[in-house]
Amino acid sequence: MLNQFMQSRLRGLIVLAVILYTIPAFLSNPFHYDLATQMAIIAATVVGLNLLVGFAGQISLGHAGFFGLGAYFTGIMTGNYGWSAIPALVVGGILVGILAWVVGRPILRLKGHYLSMATLAVGFIIAIVINNESQITGGPDGMPVPPFDVFGWELSPFGSYSLFGIELNGSQAWYLFAAAVLLVAVWLAQNLIDSPIGRALRSVHGSEVAARVVGVNTARYKSLVFVISAIYASVMGGLYAHFQGFITPAVASFDFSIVLITMVVLGGMGSTMGVILGAVVLKLLPQVLTHFQEMEAVMFGLILMLTMIFMPKGLLPTLQMAVSKRLKKRAGGQA
Amino acid sequence: MSALIEVSGLDKAFGGVHAVEGVSFSVEAGQVYSVIGPNGAGKTTLFNLISGIYTPTKGEIRLNGESTDRLEPNQLAERGMCRTFQQMQICMNMTAIENVMLGRHLKLKSNLFSTLFRLPSLLRDEKSCRQHAQDLMEFVGCGEYLDTEASAMSYGALKRLEIARALAAEPKVILLDEPAAGLNGTETAALEDLIRKIADQGTTVMLVEHDMKLVMGISDRLLVLNYGRVLAEGTPEEIRNNPDVIAAYLGG
Repeated sequence: MLNQFMQSRLRGLIVLAVILYTIPAFLSNPFHYDLATQMAIIAATVVGLNLLVGFAGQISLGHAGFFGLGAYFTGIMTGNYGWSAIPALVVGGILVGILAWVVGRPILRLKGHYLSMATLAVGFIIAIVINNESQITGGPDGMPVPPFDVFGWELSPFGSYSLFGIELNGSQAWYLFAAAVLLVAVWLAQNLIDSPIGRALRSVHGSEVAARVVGVNTARYKSLVFVISAIYASVMGGLYAHFQGFITPAVASFDFSIVLITMVVLGGMGSTMGVILGAVVLKLLPQVLTHFQEMEAVMFGLILMLTMIFMPKGLLPTLQMAVSKRLKKRAGGQA
Repeated sequence: MSALIEVSGLDKAFGGVHAVEGVSFSVEAGQVYSVIGPNGAGKTTLFNLISGIYTPTKGEIRLNGESTDRLEPNQLAERGMCRTFQQMQICMNMTAIENVMLGRHLKLKSNLFSTLFRLPSLLRDEKSCRQHAQDLMEFVGCGEYLDTEASAMSYGALKRLEIARALAAEPKVILLDEPAAGLNGTETAALEDLIRKIADQGTTVMLVEHDMKLVMGISDRLLVLNYGRVLAEGTPEEIRNNPDVIAAYLGG
């Protein structure tokens, strides 16, 4: 039984790896690679947010705040203080985690809309601070960020690299790296969900009172998952900053928070692979709908609404259900 | 022998309405102790008070000699108290066995590190937890539902599943709130057997129930509530012959 379970867990991860590493066959120019890299980083952020929203059932409307904090912390430490990227990402993640813990304790006592409002406020405060502290952050003009580096070795979108004798340009190298990061993010998230801690988290969503009478300290678990999802956002924000080489307060904006939550809802709350699909679709959409650029927020709102009405379970779970229904029908027809 | 649960002068008011008023009784370890009374007598409120879901307006509840004042339900679970609900509380977003495994939450020592990296120690714990949960599901008679989504199970099976979840924590005392409600004759008979088996294992059982036949058959002692007050307390024999009870409840 357990073996079967292990296999099914690994299967998802392997399928994802195969998809991620065959995608380059369809990408022809650096612009495509850049877009795919952005998708991978955002998808990993959304995988973390899904732990909070999809599994524990707590809505955060301020997650871009944590993403932005991670991005700016890394940008400032590597740019102004000469830190290396890895320590900046780690320390940034820890600090954002602590911040999430401190604000999360009182916030997570609130339920439903109040919790959403409180996280919304936290996101706004972070965005305002980033906008106003222009001496450190560059304010609305943004700030440059040095390339990602490990022990003096730099990963820049403009560099050129060779991996096992294959020549790669910077954009390709970044994509391969971001895809690996996404795989690790998914692996960690799946490990968390499929564990006693994950059960406790899902029970908070399923029936909080049941969770409490079997001994789950629900307040503690809600804080824990809030912190974990904030750390995901912070680290991914940092990577995003290195990849883009330039960040503006938009990374911490309310709009971006809404985009993140829309990705979770569209892809399928509680489905790790689903939310990745959600991230891909919503990242592609603006490219397809360039004519509606000014209407982007409206489009996102519309998508969110239509999803809630017609596919409350989200894109991937709905597709999976439709497929399995059809398979069953076919099997029934043959019998 | 000291009492496992000791309730003294318990009072719970919702606004001006006293749902429970001046209730005192004690439950010895190993007993099957039932609370009966007409609808609205305050039985479920009493259970919610004992299990820490409500805070008493007045009075005190002691579990194993310790006052449960200010203890959260999860802290009571740590002290060996588990319960089921009249309105079932099953996590519909999980499979049947995951619900039971959730019940073992307190027995699992998992830390974030071994969880995130899925270390062998965690896998070992999970395997034994799953085995235990499977045994319990067979014990309560829903062994055929192991990996069924809870949302796809029948009402009767869910009722038994909830008992399995409560037992998974290996509680000293289990509170069952109307376990027979909505069950047919056969299912009720099976439930009676199950409660006996639980009691025979040494677990103290507190029961709120409407089914008089069931209650009279398995209880060591009974508490009769009426309008939030204690009408009578005693063995099934004493209750059956108590004129107040006959007048108020049995409709004699």
